[in-house]
Amino acid sequence: MLRQTGKRLITAIPSLIGVIVVTFLLTRVLPGDTAAYFAGPAATPQAIAEVRAKLGLDQPLPKQFVRYVRDLAHGDFGTSLTTGQPVISDIASRLPASAELTLLGLVIAMAIAVPLGILAAVRQGSLIDHACRIVATAGVSLPVFFTGLLLVYAFYFLLGWAPAPLGRLDVFYTPPPQVTGFYLIDSLLARDLALFRACLAPLILPAATLAIFSLAPIARMTRAAMLSVLASDFVRTARANGLAPHRVIVTYAFRNAMLPVVTTLGMVFSFLLGANVLVEKVFAWPGIGSYAVEALIASDYAPVQGFVLTMAVLYVLLNLAIDLLYGVIDPRVRIEA
Amino acid sequence: MKRRDFLKSMTALAAGSALPTAPAIWSPAKAQARQETLLIVSESGPNNLDIHGVGTNVPGYEVSWNCYDRLISHEMKTVNGTPYYDRDKFKMELADDMAIGDMSVTFKLKKNAVFQDGTPVTAKDVKWSLDRAVSVGGFPTFQMGAGSLTKPEQFVVLDDRTIRIDFLRKDRLTIPDLAVIVPCVINSELVKKNATEKDPWGLEYTKQNTAGSGAYRVTNWTAGTQVVLERNDKWTGGPLPRVKRIVWRMVPSAGNRRALLERGDADISYDLPNKDFVELKDAGKLTIVSTPYSNGIQYIGMNVKNPPFDDPKVRQAVACAIPYQKIMDAVLFGLGRPLFGAPADYRTEAAWPQPHKFTTDIAKAKQLMAEAGHADGFETTLSFDLGFAGVNEPICVLTQESLAQIGIKTTINKVPGANWRTELNKKVMPLYTNVFSGWLDYPEYFFIWCYHGKNSIFNTMSYQSKAMDALIDGASVAAAEGDKAGYDKDVKGFVDLAYADMPRIPLYQPYVNVAMQKNVSGYQYWFHRRLDYRALVKG
Repeated sequence: MLRQTGKRLITAIPSLIGVIVVTFLLTRVLPGDTAAYFAGPAATPQAIAEVRAKLGLDQPLPKQFVRYVRDLAHGDFGTSLTTGQPVISDIASRLPASAELTLLGLVIAMAIAVPLGILAAVRQGSLIDHACRIVATAGVSLPVFFTGLLLVYAFYFLLGWAPAPLGRLDVFYTPPPQVTGFYLIDSLLARDLALFRACLAPLILPAATLAIFSLAPIARMTRAAMLSVLASDFVRTARANGLAPHRVIVTYAFRNAMLPVVTTLGMVFSFLLGANVLVEKVFAWPGIGSYAVEALIASDYAPVQGFVLTMAVLYVLLNLAIDLLYGVIDPRVRIEA
Repeated sequence: MKRRDFLKSMTALAAGSALPTAPAIWSPAKAQARQETLLIVSESGPNNLDIHGVGTNVPGYEVSWNCYDRLISHEMKTVNGTPYYDRDKFKMELADDMAIGDMSVTFKLKKNAVFQDGTPVTAKDVKWSLDRAVSVGGFPTFQMGAGSLTKPEQFVVLDDRTIRIDFLRKDRLTIPDLAVIVPCVINSELVKKNATEKDPWGLEYTKQNTAGSGAYRVTNWTAGTQVVLERNDKWTGGPLPRVKRIVWRMVPSAGNRRALLERGDADISYDLPNKDFVELKDAGKLTIVSTPYSNGIQYIGMNVKNPPFDDPKVRQAVACAIPYQKIMDAVLFGLGRPLFGAPADYRTEAAWPQPHKFTTDIAKAKQLMAEAGHADGFETTLSFDLGFAGVNEPICVLTQESLAQIGIKTTINKVPGANWRTELNKKVMPLYTNVFSGWLDYPEYFFIWCYHGKNSIFNTMSYQSKAMDALIDGASVAAAEGDKAGYDKDVKGFVDLAYADMPRIPLYQPYVNVAMQKNVSGYQYWFHRRLDYRALVKG
């Protein structure tokens, strides 16, 4: 297991090098002049040149690249010009915000979608199957920002049940002392239940928005996988042997249907983590997606590079975890590095 | 025991055992905190707390304005019921006395002025701060230069409390330029302690920390999320502000900013779409203040270097084909001051901005096109800055439609915000809309940047005219010498010339729109168009 993990990690190195080179070049190719943008509204060409020199953008590309790689090796991702902070600390504070939201959304989605998918497969063609189809289609066809705005409008503006969409925490609370960066966990670690509730309240609407969106792939994948497994010989044998339906479905069928579901989960998670920009925008969530997009709009290289790199590392780790999970779920599957 | 009571007692128990306990939402302490705190919501926040920093953005100016003092500031007057800074009347902020001589000005500092860490403000701090502003380069240095403040030698310390500023040349803009945001006074000892060899001016320190003597100081700044400011009770620059704490949250979605205001959760927002402002105004639940930008216009510009816009006839034809009124109604919802359609007998004033006489007149535009030899029209592109797409895009679409009627086929070119300034600098866009406004509210200031032959970045049309240059230079000299008649003549002259040649077509003067709760008062309009927390009152 350990050797396998090590081997997998080594194969990830070329892709990381590729990501570093490509992001560096891509950000340089982007239209837009960082220096002009940051020289301010009333800059003379001379002022722009001064800013450019200060940012080191007047150097030739290979030189900039060498400097960039050297800084990376020292754990220095550079400084964001839009927030003014070191990129590494920005990412460290924003990644948990996105991860907390995405994970909660995913958990909600799973809690609904997996049973729904199983039921739809078991009772194929029944009312619940149609319900599953409708929920999935509706969830995936409503754009997230629309669902988000709709939820805000209904639950905050009209009903007043949800707290104001002002980010992770109400204005009058101070965040819990940072341990994991996940407010829910940190507030529990600080044994502060009032704060835990205050942290949970603003999470519910955005997490529900994400859940509605990610219901579809999970439910559909669960249903499809279950259908093919239910049609297989060993299920028929199990049934013929008179095992309880519950046992057949959960122990025999679902375990075998889990592989594609886990794959889908991994994909949905990594996709949501980077792509929930719109939800973050709607709920003023200080997440990593909106961070990268804002940086991109301002031609701010360092955060974009930092974002892509972090995401690449996360994807590598996530894929590794999923591959390892395969082995646990189905011992027949062994990853060949 | 009832279930509800049980749950309540359990919560109380849990809250009691928790360390530390956050006050519950309904507690009196909380209500008090809400009363003393002002919640501001806006789309974006600062990227630097120091206006001298590299690439400090406009929200950063707001922090600097409220956390630092300048030697002098402006008095207030009332314009249309709104307190409005008085361009011509200065009030003392850190200074106690200002003596203007022929070629210098001398300031005496307030005796009791202290920085937020308690150290007294001395003339040495003032000199260090002004030296810094003219030396760090980029925007601050440029802005100082606009008032002929360019060399550290101009700032002379006479004694601990006295500083003399020598004039480089006679320039009417020197004194006003000392009252803008840039020449703020910084705690030099504190910053020097945190400076490094690579960063002699301590820009890294002041980026994250406020080190001034101003009315507020930043106690928490989470970039892109919030800024929290607390009142400085030792402030000597004016009467103690009424609001103790300012929480400024970034809410990217305009719809949510509006919802927060309407639900009464946020106290102030000042960047909502025009349509929202009009609807909020009609609903009457909030106080809405709209004030025209000082010295600012939205315009359609044409590159006069290249055909077909090198021909004044073509430019006048375009000026006759702009759907002015439609833009006012459908894009701005009336929130702007029209700068077109002056009556035929309108006499040019020695002021800026002022309306031109063009109106939408397609027949006349067609005739002018024919006279210019373009009866069949031509094709061109119409560019705008996506950073302000909310206003720019509908303006361009309406203009495109209208220009098509006189045979000018335009393709709309959307330029991303990051790229806009680069594109302007290249000076190749044939036709575009843009906005320009100057901090210093003087006609010649606007014209030096936008029409003068020295071709600054804001002369986006690449307009060159010897006659124009002579008039602008004449006005600057006349202003410095106090020659009122000569000044008025030159200002009227350059406005007339600009409207005869029409390299850029002014559309309107945009409004600054601020929406606030009914219990919030004290909003003041400043040349920088950002909020001055010091005058705000809640309750």
